[in-house]
Amino acid sequence: MSTAKTSGNKVDTGRRRFLIAATSVVSAVGAGFVAVPFLESWEPSERAKNAGAPVEVNFKKLETGRLLTVGWQSKPVWVLKRTKTQLADLPKNDDRLRDPNSDVASQQPPYAKNEYRSRKADLLVLVGICTHLGCVPTYRPDIGPEDLGADWLGGFFCPCHSSRYDLAGRVFKGVPAPLNLLVPDYYYVNDDVILIGESGGKA
Amino acid sequence: MSSLLGWIDDRFPLTKMWNEHLAQYYAPKNFNFWYFFGSLALMVLVIQIISGIFLTMHYKPDSHLAFGSVEFIMRDVPYGWLIRYIHTTGASAFFVVVYLHMFRALLYGSFKKPRELLWLFGMFIYLALMAEAFMGYLLPWGQMSYWGAQVITSLFGAIPVIGNDLLTWIRGDFVIGDATLNRFFALHVIALPLVLIFLVIAHILALHEVGSNNPDGIEIKKNKDANGIPLDGIPFHPYYTVKDIVGVVVFLFFFAIVIFYIPAGGGFLLEDNNFIPANALKTPAEISPLWYFTPFYAILRAVPDKLLGVGTMGASIVILFLLPWIDRCKVKSIRYRSAIYKVNLTIFIISFGALAYLGMHPVTLTNTMLSRLFSFLYFAFFIVLFITSKNESTKPVPDRVTS
Repeated sequence: MSTAKTSGNKVDTGRRRFLIAATSVVSAVGAGFVAVPFLESWEPSERAKNAGAPVEVNFKKLETGRLLTVGWQSKPVWVLKRTKTQLADLPKNDDRLRDPNSDVASQQPPYAKNEYRSRKADLLVLVGICTHLGCVPTYRPDIGPEDLGADWLGGFFCPCHSSRYDLAGRVFKGVPAPLNLLVPDYYYVNDDVILIGESGGKA
Repeated sequence: MSSLLGWIDDRFPLTKMWNEHLAQYYAPKNFNFWYFFGSLALMVLVIQIISGIFLTMHYKPDSHLAFGSVEFIMRDVPYGWLIRYIHTTGASAFFVVVYLHMFRALLYGSFKKPRELLWLFGMFIYLALMAEAFMGYLLPWGQMSYWGAQVITSLFGAIPVIGNDLLTWIRGDFVIGDATLNRFFALHVIALPLVLIFLVIAHILALHEVGSNNPDGIEIKKNKDANGIPLDGIPFHPYYTVKDIVGVVVFLFFFAIVIFYIPAGGGFLLEDNNFIPANALKTPAEISPLWYFTPFYAILRAVPDKLLGVGTMGASIVILFLLPWIDRCKVKSIRYRSAIYKVNLTIFIISFGALAYLGMHPVTLTNTMLSRLFSFLYFAFFIVLFITSKNESTKPVPDRVTS
């Protein structure tokens, strides 16, 4: 009886293979769609996106050569009033830097693409996060210290993987960090106050 | 009693599984010291799951509460300190045991045909274990937790084009924050443990399918008696269950010494900086991962280029997966292999240890040069092995296991 039944209902393997393939493809597409909300749920929440409000910094009392750290978008932002000597020393590093002319556009707003990487020569504003793996570099203004070598003219040194930046946040060659430190958007509200996070109407 | 067992056996293969995996699983009779670590790893997994469940009952996965809740566990929860120290010591113990277990495979060629898949499951366990340890380390929300996570997640940022978006996606914020802590908690307490348990089961099933290797590296299934039982095999239970209990006792002896007398392990098990709450604005002067990651960390630091550094570090782990195909020598055990392999393996182990040491210490010029040298030797092991193993001059392998 079973043989009769098999011969009566001959298995159409071509059709079976097609149905299996079609079902698999449709299921895979469906699974892909279902995965989207789960994967998207890992993106920053609306609250996290809105947390980046601009920060106002009054640097009137900031001494020349001292570093001020403020928090913006939970990141450290440095404000440094550089000395005349520090500014004069900057070009001396040029041939040892990866990007001395700040050609990588993503690392600063257009108005900071200059030899000091700042709106006004003395005041440096930088996001203090190493472009290598995100540590906060240390401010090392001392000239020629033992651990950094005699040709060190002051700058920033990352304790994690020893990346080096000069006092304009420009990265040296031969260190793991690929890019100059990021200059955030900022503008002068008045002579003593800057607002970090916006470029302002007047550039 | 036997009728109850019969009742169960009619409905569930209890006796069948017991026999297949314990009472009638025939393991080579010549196992030595190096064969303790598989069962020990299984035990440490159980210790971690149990102590972890109890920690979860008091821990708060919230960036404002996490650090405090860990201190609460340490000071106010009855025996909370003990449960936490069991868990922190267990994490390091897991890696000690797993590294010794992997070294055993290198000694006796346990990764070779027909055990390639067994080795791959093992490597995936190792990978899952690293992810598990890394995510667990963020949970106390101390300075080392925070900056360790910052550095390791930044590794994904090195990937060209999609790197930065991927990084934000992993962190759930633009820096490591509450969102990161919360999802790492979920992965650490449920997702990765499930993966680990699944992989361990696959690892054991693969082992029992092909049979255990042994210090002579010969297949005991080639010589069977009239009943089809390997002449050089003994049932796992009771012979090796009893042997492994001795290993467990000795292990727990050392485990207890660490928990009760040196829980911080001189900074090796719990780092000093992690007793400071996470601060997003200040990186500690020296940051280094826990000891079990330092060899790879040293390789990362040795390369003065972001993408290449991350790539080299990734390659140092990926290459281990390929070992069954890199080593083309037919002879498994080091006992019958050439002096070249012995020297090569010795240099590899020294390099691994040296990299572990270098990765714990701050970057200096000497440190970087040595890291480069030992990173080179680490990779040289695989290259030399691939070249020399095909026509290696080996000693004659015995037919039956030796004592």
